[in-house]
Amino acid sequence: MYRYDIHDQTLVDERVAQFRDQMERYRAGRLGEEEFRPLRLQNGLYIQRHAPMLRIAIPYGMLAGNQLRALAEITRRYDRGYGHFTTRQNLQLNWPALEDVPDILADLAKVQMHAIQTSGNCIRNTTSDQFAGIANDEVEDPRPWCELIRQWSTLHPEFAYLPRKFKIAVSGAAQDRAAIQVHDIGLRLWHNADGELRVKVLAGGGLGRTPMIADVVREDLPWQHLLTYLEACVRVYNQFGRRDNKFKARIKILVKALGIEEFRRRVEEEWAHLKDGPQTLNQAAVDAAKVHFPEPDRRPVAESANEDFDRLRAENRSFARFVTNNVTDHKVPGYKAVTLSLKRREHAPGDVTADQMEAVADLADRYSFGEVRVTHEQNLVLSDVPVDELEALWKELEALGMANPTVGTLNDIICCPGGDYCSLANAVSIPIAQALQERFEDLDFLYDLGPLDLNISGCMNACGHHHVGHIGILGVDKKGEEFYQISIGGNSTDDASLGKILGPSFFRSDVPDVVEKVLEVYVSQRHEDERFLDTYRRIGLKPFKERVYA
Amino acid sequence: MPNNPVPNKTDETQTEAVEQTPVHVDHLIANGELAAENAWCVSYDADALPEQRPAFVPLALWQANQEDAELAPLLTSDTELTAELGKQLGNAPAIAIDFPAFTDGRGYSIARLLRERYGYSGEVRAVGDVLVDQLEYMRRCGFTAMALRDDQHPEDALRALSFFSVRYQPDVEERQALFERRLADNK
Repeated sequence: MYRYDIHDQTLVDERVAQFRDQMERYRAGRLGEEEFRPLRLQNGLYIQRHAPMLRIAIPYGMLAGNQLRALAEITRRYDRGYGHFTTRQNLQLNWPALEDVPDILADLAKVQMHAIQTSGNCIRNTTSDQFAGIANDEVEDPRPWCELIRQWSTLHPEFAYLPRKFKIAVSGAAQDRAAIQVHDIGLRLWHNADGELRVKVLAGGGLGRTPMIADVVREDLPWQHLLTYLEACVRVYNQFGRRDNKFKARIKILVKALGIEEFRRRVEEEWAHLKDGPQTLNQAAVDAAKVHFPEPDRRPVAESANEDFDRLRAENRSFARFVTNNVTDHKVPGYKAVTLSLKRREHAPGDVTADQMEAVADLADRYSFGEVRVTHEQNLVLSDVPVDELEALWKELEALGMANPTVGTLNDIICCPGGDYCSLANAVSIPIAQALQERFEDLDFLYDLGPLDLNISGCMNACGHHHVGHIGILGVDKKGEEFYQISIGGNSTDDASLGKILGPSFFRSDVPDVVEKVLEVYVSQRHEDERFLDTYRRIGLKPFKERVYA
Repeated sequence: MPNNPVPNKTDETQTEAVEQTPVHVDHLIANGELAAENAWCVSYDADALPEQRPAFVPLALWQANQEDAELAPLLTSDTELTAELGKQLGNAPAIAIDFPAFTDGRGYSIARLLRERYGYSGEVRAVGDVLVDQLEYMRRCGFTAMALRDDQHPEDALRALSFFSVRYQPDVEERQALFERRLADNK
């Protein structure tokens, strides 16, 4: 993974010194609340319901074992011994003290981490595919490109005061696992007929109050121009995005208002000036980024190991369940990627304790070259596990409570912190997730349902991505009471779509019953092997509506 | 000096005051130092020239009075810098760009375009809601002068300009991206 050189290290160290100065001026009353706000946000610091919240960047979801150990130590020293992995592959601390934040940032800098631009109206942490570099459907490893984008966007002097936040996601595989169609800019790396790398540039996707699927700005950008083209896109947005209404300030509103043709025309016009300018990439620069993402030194795995693995899978039902749901094929024969489930009833989705972080770091060292990835579904991945060590790893994960064989099922709920923590939320979301996990815990039932994304957001900012859940749940506030609106038919992958609202919202206590009725309609109406999403697309909203509101 | 109103705030009394009184700030950072003198005032009145000179005045007023060498254009943050305007501004003795609120980042793009696209080499000054913690980015985008909002401490401003020795992007001050400079270092 990417390792800092002296320049990267100096920059994060200087950033810590700058923020320490800002914090001191704030605490001394020399810097007002309003003036301090964007400064702290662009260092990841929110003022929340119970305490400040600090969002730590995990660039494109890649973590080294020593970084995870440092995070564990930070949660112990400055917080309550746990952290929350988010849908944007970051880690949030829920209980840091305001005055400790410069020290936390200094501790992060010691392990080449930071919280730069994890919030605020700027370019945020770039996200990507959790199976980058190992997926067997991959065309191009997105991580070196993400790193180039990370550097381009970090402390960019022109784009720190955009109309609103700006999120970029990159995918380099046949299947989109980075939800690029619902980002401000989505990038897809692909090869043309001559085998040359091209970038498909999407813009104007997003969730939140006005969910939209992105439009294509450019189908076939040569890779050399990636950064100048991004600069043109963001400059057009900076100049023309609305600033009069924060709810209409995202780039998606600009793209829709201008129309994609006019938006594209302006970007291309701007880009004509920037093209071939100083940020044009060359092979040497890309190679220098790629050096940081080498193939690990994988030992050969004997052919017989695959046979043993298949036999064990046939003999042991629990192991088989784990493999079916939590183990992903690898581009290298004899290796697998393993997803560690952070969805357990006793914890909020995405929460991990300090002890668990250390245990995972230890497992990563012993089974997967010391690296861990964070997924946008709020799980963790060990990306390079030899098949002859899978059983041993599985047993260790069982002991840790991270082997829940439910990845990709209804139980693998995406969920924001909600009203228990977040000051923006209209309603709680974690108790909803827990109630649903309790109701639908029978594994045979979950497997029978097949792949099913259930996403929960506590408000229309949509941090829980409810619009793109096959089933989406949104907390709403009506005269001070919590209600839940349920939508069906959303999807974040290649055939992305936004969910449709079922009808009037429900009491919190009714949500499990309503979801159960929705599932009953699916089970009774599905054709053989038909996914929930496909059944919905075939039969439409009406049968679900009739059953739920009968 | 009368009470200096914060420019471009929508508060009614202030709007009125702004129209009446050209703004003259206490502290100006020029070329990285606290300027000893700040002769220029800023007039937001779109209809009439101020009595004081030299003065930054709204673009249309400057365009109509270009023969007055003691006038310079004040660009609002929504100014669309067309090629024609970019060329015309080459004649200006200095250019001020207004920040109606410090969170309005359009001025950064305008400054870069003036420097990098239209080759403007005179003073580009940030006026309005100009705060200590924006100065570093302003300088990198081509501002050579920043008129601090009156509640800002000049010593904080000078310190704020000194935190960083590293940057990833090319900008007005540094024409090479860090990735290029790294390649050159490794040769």
